[in-house]
Amino acid sequence: MNATAEAQTHTLILDDTEVSFHEGETIYEVAQRAGREVPTLCYDKRLEAFGACRLCVVQLEGARNPVASCTTPAEAGMVVHTSTEAIKKHRRTLLELVASENPEATINPLRGFASQELNELLCKNDVQPGRFQGQQSGTSNGDDNPFILRDYDHCISCYRCVRVCAEQEGDYAITMMNRGFETQITTEFNNRLKDSACTFCGQCVQTCPTGALGDRKAMRAESLPGELEKTRSVCPYCGVGCQVDLLSKEDRLVGIQPAMDGPANEGALCIKGQFAFDFVQHEDRLTKPLVRGDDGELHEVDWNIALDRAAEGFRKVLKKHGRHAVYGVASGRAPNEAAYTMQKFIRAGFGTNQIDNCSRA
Amino acid sequence: MSNPLSDMDKPDVFFCIGTNMTECHPVAATRIKQALQRGAKMIVADPRKIPLAGIAHLYLPLRVGSDVALLLGMAHVIARDGLADNEFIAERTKGADEFLEHLKPFTPEWAAEITGLNPADIEKAARMYGAADRGAIYYTLGITEHICGVDNVQSLCNLALMTGNLGREGTGINPMRGQNNIQGAGDSGAVPANYPGFQPVNDPANQEKFSKLYGREIDSEKGITKVTALNECGKSIHAMIINGENTLVSDPDRAHCQHSLESLDHLVLIDIFRTETAELADVVLPATAFGETDGVCVNTERRVQRLRQAVPPQGEARPDWWIVSQIAQRLGIPGFEYESAKDVFNEVCGLSPIYTGLDWDRIENAEYQWPVPEKDHPGTPILHEGEFKNGRGLFSLVKYRDPAEVVDEDYPVWLTTGRRLQAYHTRTQTGRSAGIDYLLSEESLEVHPSDVVKLQLTDGGFANLTSRRGTVKIRVRASDQSPPGTVFCSFSFNDVPVNILTGSGYDPITETAELKVCAVRVEPAED
Repeated sequence: MNATAEAQTHTLILDDTEVSFHEGETIYEVAQRAGREVPTLCYDKRLEAFGACRLCVVQLEGARNPVASCTTPAEAGMVVHTSTEAIKKHRRTLLELVASENPEATINPLRGFASQELNELLCKNDVQPGRFQGQQSGTSNGDDNPFILRDYDHCISCYRCVRVCAEQEGDYAITMMNRGFETQITTEFNNRLKDSACTFCGQCVQTCPTGALGDRKAMRAESLPGELEKTRSVCPYCGVGCQVDLLSKEDRLVGIQPAMDGPANEGALCIKGQFAFDFVQHEDRLTKPLVRGDDGELHEVDWNIALDRAAEGFRKVLKKHGRHAVYGVASGRAPNEAAYTMQKFIRAGFGTNQIDNCSRA
Repeated sequence: MSNPLSDMDKPDVFFCIGTNMTECHPVAATRIKQALQRGAKMIVADPRKIPLAGIAHLYLPLRVGSDVALLLGMAHVIARDGLADNEFIAERTKGADEFLEHLKPFTPEWAAEITGLNPADIEKAARMYGAADRGAIYYTLGITEHICGVDNVQSLCNLALMTGNLGREGTGINPMRGQNNIQGAGDSGAVPANYPGFQPVNDPANQEKFSKLYGREIDSEKGITKVTALNECGKSIHAMIINGENTLVSDPDRAHCQHSLESLDHLVLIDIFRTETAELADVVLPATAFGETDGVCVNTERRVQRLRQAVPPQGEARPDWWIVSQIAQRLGIPGFEYESAKDVFNEVCGLSPIYTGLDWDRIENAEYQWPVPEKDHPGTPILHEGEFKNGRGLFSLVKYRDPAEVVDEDYPVWLTTGRRLQAYHTRTQTGRSAGIDYLLSEESLEVHPSDVVKLQLTDGGFANLTSRRGTVKIRVRASDQSPPGTVFCSFSFNDVPVNILTGSGYDPITETAELKVCAVRVEPAED
């Protein structure tokens, strides 16, 4: 069944082309689907449209002023222009205003998933900051938590962090105080995040379009050499199965970002999936096989010796106590291939069903 | 789960019981919070006033281990007040007459006596769930880690069956699995009663199939569970291979567990850390970790997803499947000549009916939820649509039983255990991740402020927590999250090994330990 196709009964004219849409879609959504490039800063498709940044403005025939496409519902027969010279000029001016409020800086992509959005728009629209020289807004916050950098000098008051915390997480840990130029993102009583309802899920960091909020753990790797690479995988903790992108530089695992299209999580993560990854390259990792020596201690040996010893022990027990004396416990933490080979080892090796996993405790 | 995670925006009424979802499955919990913002209602039953209780429309603070009584009471009201879905019962179920008769004595007043709840709240819960067009049940280990775990699950099934809340969008019985691939471990046949794909070992057709595939006769009797195997160490079990489990810290009754593992002639451990359990092993083999391993895992909604390697393994660590295969080859066991995780997974797909339609390449985009019985099959997000696998849904005539241990003069306080948001299991991973200690650096015992006074404890001071199996010293934290008479802590910290205390009893069918209930006494201790 394709509910979307069935409901697409209306059409409008988008940049001289007739496009169809369904009830409830906004002009922005229709334009996105039609492959138009409409810039945004305050938009995150998981959140209610907010209409604050005004960058998504389009020309609507019959309307006196440009309208924000993210909050304007599409209507049958509308004639919309997404990219006229006037609109482009309007957007560039808006971007110049935003840029002049913030310090000029290159934002490292390690700061967060969306951290490049503003700089990419400035670049693409060839915006030179400095046209509206004046006071700069925002003040950095002394929050010493190890996860979330709060560098409000880069804040543009798009409220994506506040909205993701409320709408997506239901935590309401952050809010805004003051008005206009003095607007500031804060927590209850303007305290540290630790003293708020914050669960350190990192969603505010990942949706921030300027890098004002940064992933402090990933940022540890800013000075490491090498290209930043992303590899899609699945979080190693609970059974929800959130998809993640592993951030690596050369051989180092340097951070985690949520997969915005992960079917189980749709961009969400919790503190464990977002921040608890250092165990992978921790110095405590087992790096060599160990066997117990005559002195009762474990000693590092090479693989052949360890595997021979492992096999020999099973051979002896099999001979002395029979095939039912060997038992296998598979892991609920390792991949399917681990569990499958474990059960096959027991069944094909000993002809028994002496196999279980760790789900009973 | 009978229903997909994406279904969590569809129920009118959520019934969450024995699931501390905001801490243990936080991302799933965000879906519930979003559904509540859109107008869904929620009933939460849990002995502790967990965060989910704070946003529930009805919170039922039942006594630990009294779930069956609550669920029988609710079923009684649903039947009595005509809220049952008679059409669904007639078309899809079996044993309804006996069940409805069975329910008669279990009035809300009877249930209130056992659970400590208000009878009016039990009635209200029954009416909320019973009247819902789409009622969805979510549960976790608060339901299963009891001597009556199976009874608890069957009681939930009874409720869903009698109200027709199965096999449709936004309904279902949805256990949240606690480990990233516990579903996949079961799918892959690492259980004593089933071959891969839940094919029973005692079915002669399956026995023949696998004996042929694996090139040797395999027993038709199921094996023993891990719990029994630990009891049999040094008796009938003399060698063990354990993969990725810190058995000593995570399992109940630690002293017993240590004695068992020490009684083995041969213990091989495959893990990523030198855990407490590794210290008892004869051979410890280093496995690759998350981020270093290609493979497949299956989440709580039966979605089959790819794990991908991003960085090289630490030192000489090797994938688990490679390690097991190497040992097998040394013992002359045929069929372990795998060259990649892909080889192994594709073999599983070829012999497991739930994965028949899958292969390594097809799961690239994680679109499929099993069963996927053939190549063009779209997968099965919702189970039991139209019909149940075994024909009709069977009502169970469940009765309430007391926990294995109940409070008495010597052990007057209930202890229940669980998990915390910032720590995972025995902290082998979260404990080694920078920053986590900033939020959670030690374990503490959650004690109701009135009990702190009554038991002469000090908030922030220490207490000795004693059960019939041992004593643990732990810091006291006054909190009204635990009700008077019940204390709580997690099993995450090795320096507060709370599983020394647990292990009072086991479910007779699954042999799952009653980790959620144990009788203790709490006494002040020196710093």
